[in-house]
Amino acid sequence: MRAGAPGRLFDRLVRLPPLLWLAAFFLLPFAITLKISLSEPATAIPPYLPVLDWQGGLEGWSAFLEALNFDNYATLASDALYCDAALGSLAYAAAASLILVALGTPLAYALARAPARWQPLLVALVVVPFWTSFLIRVYAWIAILKPEGLLNLVLLRSGVIAKPLILLNTDAAVIVGLVYAYLPFMVLPLYAVMNRLDPALREAAADLGASPTRVFWTVTLPLSLPGIAAGAGLCFIPMVGEFVIPDLLGGSETLMLGRVLWSEFFSNRDWPLASAVAVLILALIIGPVVLFRDSLRAGEEGRP
Amino acid sequence: MTWVTRAALMLGLGFLYAPILVLIAYSFNASALVTVWGGFSTRWYGALLADAPLMAAAWVSLQVALLASTIATILGTLAALALERHGRFRGRSLFTGLIFGPMVMPEVMIGLSLLLMFIGIGVDRGIVTLVIAHATFCTGFVAVVVAARLRGLDRGLEEAAADLGAGPMRVFLTITLPLLAPAVLAGALLAFTLSLDDLVIASFVSGPGSTTLPMRLYGQVRLGVNPEINAASTLLVVLVSVFVLLASWLTARRSRV
Repeated sequence: MRAGAPGRLFDRLVRLPPLLWLAAFFLLPFAITLKISLSEPATAIPPYLPVLDWQGGLEGWSAFLEALNFDNYATLASDALYCDAALGSLAYAAAASLILVALGTPLAYALARAPARWQPLLVALVVVPFWTSFLIRVYAWIAILKPEGLLNLVLLRSGVIAKPLILLNTDAAVIVGLVYAYLPFMVLPLYAVMNRLDPALREAAADLGASPTRVFWTVTLPLSLPGIAAGAGLCFIPMVGEFVIPDLLGGSETLMLGRVLWSEFFSNRDWPLASAVAVLILALIIGPVVLFRDSLRAGEEGRP
Repeated sequence: MTWVTRAALMLGLGFLYAPILVLIAYSFNASALVTVWGGFSTRWYGALLADAPLMAAAWVSLQVALLASTIATILGTLAALALERHGRFRGRSLFTGLIFGPMVMPEVMIGLSLLLMFIGIGVDRGIVTLVIAHATFCTGFVAVVVAARLRGLDRGLEEAAADLGAGPMRVFLTITLPLLAPAVLAGALLAFTLSLDDLVIASFVSGPGSTTLPMRLYGQVRLGVNPEINAASTLLVVLVSVFVLLASWLTARRSRV
């Protein structure tokens, strides 16, 4: 649009509402969480100390700042529970991301190679489960994996096993749940990249005598790496803080940070420690977030 | 299509749909036991309608989803305009981070931090806090859908209107908005389903008397598989699928404009 003076004012007015809303309800809450992670739990309302005394002036501020400390982080560092939960979160998210790449790549490739008139329908078929209640999709696996569930039933009837396998509340169940719930997240960005690839490159390789398998490994896959990175980032980041899947499909020993944060907050009512866990999650995902932003930007600039 | 890609498609879609289909099948099972097929029955749907707390929770969810998706649609559309039409402006990367941050941030963190703020400024938890929280995390999704369509719009139309003397507001209302309408509606539908579906954020920011449907379902799911939940899930899945198919149909129509 021509950048006249009224146009520029209009542009500012357009930006302002989303900027103010997200500053107030996304940025500010994080700042408050950071502050509370430096506080101590207390039996009061709100259940932490210190609380800033707005009428106290400069002395109120300095008393407030002096009372803040890193005790909660010391607790996180010294208690094996939190270290194990952090490592567990990273391990589950990394394992599930790898499986997602392995499963998502052929599916995205198949979508991109499907006849053009079928593609919108096929993409919609991948998207529908993604929007269909997360909770319900995780719950569906309970009915399949539990000892008297569908999978055991089928395996018992067909004589593959003699007695029911313990599948629910295991690490494997958590991984299956993560992969299942996040598969569309992996497939969609990857499909977007693969769909934009110039077919002439594939044809040229084929004309020069490469087999379809060789074309896939030497042409399609390397060119799709930005999509794989975007998809893996889009899955890995939220999986680190995942709560519902480890809670419903995992066992009592399944330690992930999202679950620890939840129980510190709801069961132990230790708000400062829960806040410190939130900051820890942020520290773990900030690297992937930055990388993901770059791959997203690369994808954006590469668009036609 | 080769048989390899065809097999990949069938297996992939089969993996995505099998658990949902199993759930739907069980919801019509007359027997309360998952392992026993007791014949076709709609008794669990009847039980669902008679479950007053569940119906109340569904009503709360519906109100929240309507209000939150309205706010998210307005904010997301404005954000998409800023990102696609304003080129480089000061604070653009902060702006982008704010819009898309809530999409990838783990839900426990959004829920916890919003709750801490609401408590800090003394806001009572209830429908209002739920609406604010849901509007915040849905805005980015609306922005993505609307921005994708904005990229495909012919900018010449807007420029022609401006050259003919229309002010920016008039250009927006008479040219841009009508062309964007399908994407805005699609974004609104997606925001609505996201809000309807959210468990984690709602668990933090809801108050007594504002239990949402997913919160109610979660409480029962933790006690084990229950045929009434299968029926509730089936209804929700069907409702959401209709919405999503409608939304993707609306976005797919862009090629005809």
